[in-house]
Amino acid sequence: MAGPVVSSDAAADSQAKISADIEEISRDYAASGAVETQPRIDYAPYRSSILRHPTKDLHHADPETIELWAPAFGQRDVHALESDLTIQGGGEPIGERMTVRGRVLDGDGRPVRHQLVEIWQANAAGRYIHKRDQHPAPIDPNFTGVGRCLTGADGSYSFTTIKPGPYPWKNHHNAWRPAHIHFSLFGTDFTQRMITQMYFPGDPLFDLDPIYQAIVDPQARERLVATYDHDTSAHEWSLGYVWDIVLTGSHRTPTEEDTDV
Amino acid sequence: MSEQLVPTPGQTIGPFYGYALPYEGGEHLVDRSDPRAVRLHGTVYDGHGEPIPDSMLEIWQADADGTVSQEPGSLLRDGYTFTGFGRVAVDNAGHYDFTTVNPGASEAGKAPFIAMTVFARGLLNRLFTRIYLPEDGEALARDPLLASLPEGRRETLIAEREPDGSLRFDLRLQGDGETVFLSYPNHRPGDPA
Ligand SMILES: [Fe+2]
Repeated sequence: MAGPVVSSDAAADSQAKISADIEEISRDYAASGAVETQPRIDYAPYRSSILRHPTKDLHHADPETIELWAPAFGQRDVHALESDLTIQGGGEPIGERMTVRGRVLDGDGRPVRHQLVEIWQANAAGRYIHKRDQHPAPIDPNFTGVGRCLTGADGSYSFTTIKPGPYPWKNHHNAWRPAHIHFSLFGTDFTQRMITQMYFPGDPLFDLDPIYQAIVDPQARERLVATYDHDTSAHEWSLGYVWDIVLTGSHRTPTEEDTDV
Repeated sequence: MSEQLVPTPGQTIGPFYGYALPYEGGEHLVDRSDPRAVRLHGTVYDGHGEPIPDSMLEIWQADADGTVSQEPGSLLRDGYTFTGFGRVAVDNAGHYDFTTVNPGASEAGKAPFIAMTVFARGLLNRLFTRIYLPEDGEALARDPLLASLPEGRRETLIAEREPDGSLRFDLRLQGDGETVFLSYPNHRPGDPA
């Protein structure tokens, strides 16, 4: 192996080949009658997953001590202004100003309160601030694409940002990622930790994208798509999207503080 | 008020988290000058035994006396408070380093471990694992998770103590010596990850 990323960056396959593979897996899933809610980790159309997924089944563990708790974050960690990605430079970033808001809930419907939410995204032209991003689209000097917030007592979060652009990548020839915002989430116990991506309604790239399609269940995929919400849009200012996030269930018996809304 | 909701699917961390998630001091749960400081390090490998250069790891652990911290301040450490949480991006050779303490047992007689979450480009959902300390053979032998693993796989969860006191813990995402990764009861049965 010449280098660790070469094999997946070769971009040898056509979209038609990748799409055919996606379709075949999708047909097999539909015929199986099973219901899956998470992505496959073994999903060959996403080329770099081939050598990076465990082949053995995940081993069942009953959570103990430390796993029944999550790290705590507070105002010391996150400044209130970090949830506004449009004020981090000397001027206004270019693009479509938007708000994305929603709630973080656990699998029992309880709000995840005062917990850390981190996001990162491309700018309006589809470019990240990252040395490995070689996409010849402009960097916006007024936009880092990075934000953080703490959820409120009702599990709510809100970010002001710029709508990210789609961008090319090297999974296959002419591969483009649908526009998305990366989200990193913590729950009330360690086992709920997750990282995911939020998408925008009606993206024409959905069917072509092996990362999105690695969630083989159509209904499960939909859970990553935000809803346009006109009440969240602000007059002569920004467009609004709503996206709620559900973590897996907590394993710790809820305390009064967890449940008392 | 409780209703069962279906969890939101995970997705890969992708390649471009570098400016967003790792932060200064993330890998130092304690200062290197702390007399209790222990180096926890290792390399993340793929199914061909090649190092993975774009992986991010998090650890979450009890203090040396077994206390689970609920103190904030992991993202902006004050140099005094043990928050129990650390995050590091591996380097170009797939290697990571944390500075931490040996976790104490949170319950008497239990084998202490560090909980770890693994993210990587190419990894479509996070993976969970445990890093056990190698010393307390009796507690390790009694540990329900280790006992449920076949010989040969068990060792993938036990760190190696190096002569200078460091803990060495390599991760193999696939293939020979594949690390044991965990699912928990509330990760719905049937979910592949
Ligand atoms: Fe991305």
